[in-house]
Amino acid sequence: MGVSQIISWFVAAITFGTVIMYGCIGETINQKAGGLNLGVPGVMQIGGIASLACAFLYESSVSNPSPIVGMLLCLLSTLIASALAGLLYSFLTVTLKVNQNVTGLTLTIFGTGVANFFGGNMMKLSGGVGTISVAVTSSAFRAKLPFLFGRFGTVGSILFSHGWMVYVALIMAFLIQYFLNRTRTGLNLRAVGENPATADAAGINVTRYKYLASLTGSMICGLGGLFYVMDYIKGTWANDSAIEALGWLAVALVIFTSWKPKNATWGAYLFGLCYWAYIYIPMEISRFLAAKMKLQSATYMQNLYKMLPYIVTIVVLCAVSKRKKKENLAPSSLGQSYFREER
Amino acid sequence: MEKKNHREPLFHIVKKDEASLPLKMLTVALTVLAALLVSALFINFVTKLDPISVYQSMFKGAFGTSRRTWITVRDTCLLLLISVSLTPAFRMRFWNCGAEGQILIGGLSTAALMIYLGDRIPTAVLLIIMFVVSALCGALWSLLPAVFKARYDTNETLFTLMMNYVAIQIVEFFVDFWDKKQSHSVGIINMNTMGGWFPKIFGQQYILNVLIVVVITVAVYIYMRYSKHGYEDAVVGESVATARYAGINVPKVIRNNVLLSGAISGIAGFVEVAGISHTISNETAGGRGFTAIIVCWLAKFNPFTMILISAFIVFLDKGASQISSDFGLNEYASNIITGIILFFILSSEFFNNYRITVHKNRKEGE
Repeated sequence: MGVSQIISWFVAAITFGTVIMYGCIGETINQKAGGLNLGVPGVMQIGGIASLACAFLYESSVSNPSPIVGMLLCLLSTLIASALAGLLYSFLTVTLKVNQNVTGLTLTIFGTGVANFFGGNMMKLSGGVGTISVAVTSSAFRAKLPFLFGRFGTVGSILFSHGWMVYVALIMAFLIQYFLNRTRTGLNLRAVGENPATADAAGINVTRYKYLASLTGSMICGLGGLFYVMDYIKGTWANDSAIEALGWLAVALVIFTSWKPKNATWGAYLFGLCYWAYIYIPMEISRFLAAKMKLQSATYMQNLYKMLPYIVTIVVLCAVSKRKKKENLAPSSLGQSYFREER
Repeated sequence: MEKKNHREPLFHIVKKDEASLPLKMLTVALTVLAALLVSALFINFVTKLDPISVYQSMFKGAFGTSRRTWITVRDTCLLLLISVSLTPAFRMRFWNCGAEGQILIGGLSTAALMIYLGDRIPTAVLLIIMFVVSALCGALWSLLPAVFKARYDTNETLFTLMMNYVAIQIVEFFVDFWDKKQSHSVGIINMNTMGGWFPKIFGQQYILNVLIVVVITVAVYIYMRYSKHGYEDAVVGESVATARYAGINVPKVIRNNVLLSGAISGIAGFVEVAGISHTISNETAGGRGFTAIIVCWLAKFNPFTMILISAFIVFLDKGASQISSDFGLNEYASNIITGIILFFILSSEFFNNYRITVHKNRKEGE
């Protein structure tokens, strides 16, 4: 494996990791307040399609679209759409006290539907033909860093050849880590997730915290979808439910990081490396294994390599639950709705 | 936190006794009506059809011809079977989100048997072998999450979810392995000989599907309701501490019921492959494993309610596909409509369990 291949593997891993890093940070906030939102894949898809629809409308209505304006509109529409999804989730689970797992899964079904329906039909609905592409807006998301891009040799090309949202995700991970552990609001939020009744007695407005956590968390998840659509697949759309798989990995990453966003900074990239490993595992190994298993073609092995991120997650899941260190455990009230009269 | 004057809120929520049956029915009827209205608005927004013709068109899609009716029945049965399969696990709060994977593995083993034995063994014998093997494979696929949950309390939601993706890759591997034309598809297995296909009974293709599902549903109902093991399952679901106090071997109960759940999901894969599609791909489960979770939960583990909910969801699904194809749109419209309906039904549970008291004198607290 040459240097250039290693570079492209790491670059792909970082791009991939950023999608799930957003999802993981958002879901961590939500879970720290006691909300197990299995709707992350749905929210990410809603966020992604909102940005695509917005960019599409903007680019087709203006004769000379500006990348920056398109970018800002996209961000705004993603934040609004995913906040609405979060609002729906928290209204059902907090106010109406519906089971969180079921609500989350429904949100995923709904989000998958909305995203693929509009993603696949947008051209048709607007009277055009062909596949959708919003190259201008996407270019704003994929603009390389000034000054740093193209310098510092191998390390530089791995670290500095990404769009700006990659770096925002990193900064956000550390900010949220700080927020959850060092600020009063963050500590209150964790109190709500650990023991809502105690938090309530201490005068914390449990409902408000749960709502806000779900809204903020969903908005950040939505950014993951936006990044996927605008940067990862370069402003296009494919009805292949790829975001859905990424969304579940984001949920898994929350456990992998043991609810600490700072761990997501490397965990997400590690998942990325595992995910793309199937392309970069040398052909000699595949040929050897394929010969052992009497396969027609060594490329069949790639199907098996693709299991890697999921198997890694399973192993970590088992290891974490076996060790049971207090600081690595889930918030105590995770998945339960809180009803004051029931304490 | 907030230093406001104490003021009574506009309303507050009180838990109430279980609602009476007529009231419940009324809630359900109103909810479904509201959900249908919202779905019609959505379809109207996309296609400019008026709501009445929307539902006429949907009805045509689900029951328009006798073939369509049979397909609706067939798919209802499949969804019902998967929902039933989740019941033993869900009743003890084991969130088996891995039905997708278990269906795939059950279907995969069925496909393998069809390919290798399809033309060598009489179909009746082969069907029995496939039934047993798919159940075993489905159970095997739920074994690891079950054992780890029972022993280390590992998060089963994520474990089973990840197993789904592992199963998808295994299926993809075998699709490539069996596919001789490099087209990444197995095609219809035993197209000419129909080896291992469900036979027609009374000239109908899907009678056997219905029979298998009915028998399993009734069996699970009896197991849950009248057997000692089914009762233990329910006790563990209500309170693990109580179960332990009563001398129930909790890890064993968890393991056995999750295995049972996996086995029935595996059988669902068998029904899908041998009885419906006669092929295997990563689309074989098609998201039904997730929909079934919601069906199972909404039905409160009652198989008869599950029939109604499954039928309703399949009806919407068929109807929405019909509308989509009429207008040249893709079939994801049905996901949106299913989502909307489920949100409504989920919310409606609130009104069965809680009461809202509006405060008239909103001045000062007592």
